[in-house]
Amino acid sequence: MDFFTLNPVALLASLMIAATPIMLAAIGELVVEKSGVLNLGVEGMMIVGAVCGFITAVETGSAWFGLLGAALGGILISSIFAFLTQVLLANQVASGLALTLFGLGVSAMIGNGYTGIKPPGFNTVNIPLLSDLPFIGPAILSHDPIVYIGILLVILVWYFLNKTKNGLVLRAVGENHDAAHALGYKVIWIRFSAILFGGMCAGLGGAYLSLVRVPQWTEGMTAGAGWIALAIVVFASWKPYRLILGAYLFGGVSIIQLNLQALGVEIGIAYLSMAPYLVTIIVLVMISSNHLRSSANAPGSLGRIFHASQ
Amino acid sequence: MIRLEKRLQPSKKWTSITPFLAVLATMFVGGIMFWALGQDPIEAIRIIFWDPLFNPQFASYARPQILVKAGPLVLIALGLSLGFRANIWNIGAEGQYIIGAICGAGVGLAFYPSEGWFIFPLMVIAGALGGFLWAMIPAILKIKFNTNEILVSLMLVYVAEKILISVSLGLMRNPEGGGFPGSRNLQYYKAASNPELISGTGMHWGVLVAIALTCLTYIMLTKHTLGFQIKISGQSNKAARFSGTNPSIITAICLGVSGALAGLAGLFEVSGPSGQISIDFNVGYGFTAIIVAFLGRLNPFGILLAGLLMALTYIGGELAQFMLGLPAAAIQAFQGMLLFFLLAGDILTNYQPKFTYKKRL
Repeated sequence: MDFFTLNPVALLASLMIAATPIMLAAIGELVVEKSGVLNLGVEGMMIVGAVCGFITAVETGSAWFGLLGAALGGILISSIFAFLTQVLLANQVASGLALTLFGLGVSAMIGNGYTGIKPPGFNTVNIPLLSDLPFIGPAILSHDPIVYIGILLVILVWYFLNKTKNGLVLRAVGENHDAAHALGYKVIWIRFSAILFGGMCAGLGGAYLSLVRVPQWTEGMTAGAGWIALAIVVFASWKPYRLILGAYLFGGVSIIQLNLQALGVEIGIAYLSMAPYLVTIIVLVMISSNHLRSSANAPGSLGRIFHASQ
Repeated sequence: MIRLEKRLQPSKKWTSITPFLAVLATMFVGGIMFWALGQDPIEAIRIIFWDPLFNPQFASYARPQILVKAGPLVLIALGLSLGFRANIWNIGAEGQYIIGAICGAGVGLAFYPSEGWFIFPLMVIAGALGGFLWAMIPAILKIKFNTNEILVSLMLVYVAEKILISVSLGLMRNPEGGGFPGSRNLQYYKAASNPELISGTGMHWGVLVAIALTCLTYIMLTKHTLGFQIKISGQSNKAARFSGTNPSIITAICLGVSGALAGLAGLFEVSGPSGQISIDFNVGYGFTAIIVAFLGRLNPFGILLAGLLMALTYIGGELAQFMLGLPAAAIQAFQGMLLFFLLAGDILTNYQPKFTYKKRL
């Protein structure tokens, strides 16, 4: 398999592809957490996105429609979480776990009968001149459009959070919901829409897995990607630009371990495939041990239930 | 206008009513789901909840299976419930279950083929210890570095699964197994097996331990200082500190105990119903136990009942798969839905709806 030879161009190219689903899911969760809600259901929303995207793409024959289906699926399932936590004031940790368990089940159910099919793919972007550059061209500038849409989305979120008034309001809601409520902002609705945005992003990330990265549908195919996305938000200390770094770091780890596996390194496949999870733990430890830096940027009301007592 | 007023204390009445409402709501919406899958909803619900117990054709097989499945669920959920009370979220029980099974089975296989009464007890200790140590990783990281225990314990599930694959292909592979993955079958190794104690009931040592620990946990929670400290840690960190509770110790106890219980569950499973370490040894008990803990309202006896009910849905799900061709995952979605309804019902426990009339100005 010449795809797996340690060629830096191929490595960098596959790194970007491996990082994209995690980045998409993580940027959504970042917005959700910035609004003060902890949604642990990323894994569930991703896998629902993966299956919805896959089915839509196969049935319509268009990967773009697949993305649309995934976004809708993600929004739909996240609305359950939004309703539970915002309207019925349920515990966010438990509701997020429920969302993951439900998502894994429901996706396997609706995806039953779609295993072993090859989905339609995306055309790669071909920028005249730039894509033909040596090294940079094949490694960075000739991917499918979603890779760039992911990066663009991160930049847009950064702009929204830091440069617009609505972004400031969203952060205020996350920082101190009582104060934001006192100022007349609709805490519940802002959070509700943030959760739906998170669901959409996670759905897109999932669809990227089933349509591009794998590309196939299998039960439980996200294999912890949603949880890694949650870890990346912590790693990024809730800063969008650091999130790109985090996603690429994890993309890098998973690509390197895959390549080492293919090269038949002595360590053993089982141990190599632990690497992404172990690295996640190590990174989490490093980030959270620096208490001041890790908590400085964490939203003040994260995970707390808002109930406007009149 | 309906206005919600926060109750000073969660309502005792609604705490016990909501699980039943949630089960009913799940049956209803689950029925709609089965209908959407092209099934007769009433028949599907009957097959899941009624036939495993009372259908003359299946009950003799299905009834013992309920205890077999409820045993590990209750054991794991009991441990998890301690942490959930104290706001310590161990969601990696699946991993602790796997490691417990590997450690316990490892001890048993190390003694193969010698006989001795001490082998099984040693395996039990090794299983509990394995699960305990695996859970201490997130505990120590949380205490030392303030690392999020949810993410660490969950990541360790994937690591444990990889270890499971590795040992069933390598270290623990049955040398007489013709090269197939998986260890020797402990059911055929008398000194290390966890047999059905009364034939036809499904009762094995794990079930007995689960019942005993249910009572012990109840006593601990209601009569012992530790129970008080766990409960108060979940309600208010400040109050816990004032009462002399050390949060680090509570973290270690909650994670450690739940890990040990999950490890025990794994050991009883691998030496009993499952019989061997194999690639597909774990079937998600560690995650379903989260639902069991909530459905049982974190109350030990509630968990016992919830474990039995959840076991019933597992068996009923298998039956529905066999009789109606429902996909296996349908029951998982069904269980997830149950947790949704349960959490939704909590609004009645924690808040009081007040009907108010807006005055005309």
